[in-house]
Amino acid sequence: MALPQTRRGGGVTPGVHRLPGGVHPPGFKELSNREPIARATLPELLVLPLQQHIGQPAEPIVKVGDRVLKGQVLGKAGGYVSVPVHASTSGRVVAVEDRAVPHPSGLSAPCVVIEPDGDDAWTELTPTPDYASVDPSHLRNLIREAGVVGMGGAGFPTFIKLNPGPKRKVSTVILNGVECEPYITCDDRLMRERPQEVIAGACIVRHAVGAEQCVIAVEDNKPEAARALRQAATDGVEVLVVPTVYPSGGEKQIIQVVIGLEVPSGRLPVEVGVVVQNVATAVALHRAVAQGEPLVSRIVTVTGEGVAHPRNLEVPLGTPVAHLLSQCEPRPVQARALIMGGPMMGFSLHDEQAPVVKTSNCVLVDLPGAVADPPLPCIRCGACARACPMHLLPQQLYWYARSRDFDQAQDYSLFDCIECGCCAYVCPSHIPLVHYYRFAKTEVWAQEGDRQRADLARRRHTSRLQRLDLERREREERQHKKKASPAGTAVGGDEATKATVQAAIDRARARRSVHEEAGPGAREGV
Amino acid sequence: MLAAIAAVTALAGFFGLLLGYSAVRFRVEGDPVADQIEGLLPQTQCGQCGYAGCRPYAEAVAAGEAEINRCVPGGDNTVAALADLLGRDPPPVSADAGVPKGRQVAVIDEAWCVGCTVCIQTCPVDAVLGAAKQMHTILRSECTGCELCVEPCPVECIHMEPVTADLKSWKWPYPRPAGAAA
Repeated sequence: MALPQTRRGGGVTPGVHRLPGGVHPPGFKELSNREPIARATLPELLVLPLQQHIGQPAEPIVKVGDRVLKGQVLGKAGGYVSVPVHASTSGRVVAVEDRAVPHPSGLSAPCVVIEPDGDDAWTELTPTPDYASVDPSHLRNLIREAGVVGMGGAGFPTFIKLNPGPKRKVSTVILNGVECEPYITCDDRLMRERPQEVIAGACIVRHAVGAEQCVIAVEDNKPEAARALRQAATDGVEVLVVPTVYPSGGEKQIIQVVIGLEVPSGRLPVEVGVVVQNVATAVALHRAVAQGEPLVSRIVTVTGEGVAHPRNLEVPLGTPVAHLLSQCEPRPVQARALIMGGPMMGFSLHDEQAPVVKTSNCVLVDLPGAVADPPLPCIRCGACARACPMHLLPQQLYWYARSRDFDQAQDYSLFDCIECGCCAYVCPSHIPLVHYYRFAKTEVWAQEGDRQRADLARRRHTSRLQRLDLERREREERQHKKKASPAGTAVGGDEATKATVQAAIDRARARRSVHEEAGPGAREGV
Repeated sequence: MLAAIAAVTALAGFFGLLLGYSAVRFRVEGDPVADQIEGLLPQTQCGQCGYAGCRPYAEAVAAGEAEINRCVPGGDNTVAALADLLGRDPPPVSADAGVPKGRQVAVIDEAWCVGCTVCIQTCPVDAVLGAAKQMHTILRSECTGCELCVEPCPVECIHMEPVTADLKSWKWPYPRPAGAAA
């Protein structure tokens, strides 16, 4: 592999480097990338989950019956790793309750439900037109208050990624326009149609992290997007066309492709001097800064065999998936397989009423019958190890996850797995490998939680025992004293009592004599 | 011959003294095996094993007085971990100790609570908040679900609630194994 060329000042020259592993699944991008982005219509009800990001959920600050304007805060950030949630149109809050959310579990979670009034009236916005004159920490705050999170899929609050910390120096900002997963074309259309906004977002990110250079990486299957970006590009923003390999759009992968550096296991990209942002995130934060607009809509690709009119829609957040489908001419079928995200990393949607959230880039509609082949035993062919972009040993991980040997799985770097699905894609035995890794990861997290709870209980139990012991000893001491003093009374009781009484009489006499000396009127003064 | 006997005796004496000194100087307080066993127990302090808490049970197991399969809240995972630690075959969880339930927490029906403090005295982890003739409540995050407070309540206002999975604690199910027939 080519070594990175180091420039003076420790920066690295961006270029195209080879990605280890990876696969070339058919793209199916032409299904949805021919038409311009259309605006989706407003549904009857918007369901806005209070958690659309990684971290703590937002805390609701509206109640049923409140009238809200588009862009008004519905829930404030519930911690540091959290962002607010805003109303995506004007209307009335009709419920604050648990509703189906897009999640592999199919569980419900707290949501704010809005009945749109059709006016789509914005709340008052405060634009910051000249971002360059604003302090980076103030910029981060604006971006946080606008609720911007990573829109490529993970949903990590953007303001945290824009904060490299005082000690770290960011040399390169990479805007991720790779969009390597099949079927998805929302970033492609965005780059083609709104290249100026992408570039403007790139400049804001660069300013916020204090980087010298900015690279927008685009896969070579999107020449139109690359051309549009090149035309719009300003000084210091470079458009780099990278070869089409899945999963070069992963955060660590794109760094490897563009810079040639590997992000060490368990570390952050910022530790190799890189900040990566998705192009849609860049547009969202540009709008947040330049127009003061919070993140209330996103572009969603609705595609797959199950819709007759696959295309990209600009969707108000909270729009139920069923409403999206109705605008793409769904084929009449009894049941359809809905996947949120792409075919490689997406998950099955259990409920068509689940809403579009900040991280929903694609709704893939498959016809039923496209059932996966039943899994066969692993033949240890090693194809998965060659396809893994993280240099892992997927088959070893599979054996350990399968036998619930989670310690061994962690020794084989289970948590470095990015769940890209390359291993499962090449597996000749059709083993759902990623499912095993996800299973193992959540089991490990659960065990960790159990351990923490056990530690807490042990600490509390120990301190309770200590407290009880202390109380018992104090009680015994008191009883001991009590026992000791009646014994004393039995022997010299009268004398002791007499002495006490005598002492009290003496004290009273002393007081009186003082008063008498001072004069009869002094008594009132006491 | 004599020299050899003298040398060996001297060596034996020297090492004996060394060992004797080490036993005093590097004495280990407590029972490290019991500590390790306790580390694997769920710390529910429920007493379903027949001992007064997790620590006494751990000490009994370390002393060889108790079987390793008496921890009901820990279930098969704990038995397997104990078997692994002690180098034994994992037996199934003892049936007479109780039936394993999922994670649960105790909840006080505050409308009925008379403030008798009985539950406060039974709670092994001080998870009940309240005072005499004041309404009590249970700190959900501290409750281990041991059920010890349920029985003594004179007005039967405490019940157990299972802890349902939320988005954070939800776990991916075990996949259908490859070659299901195999």
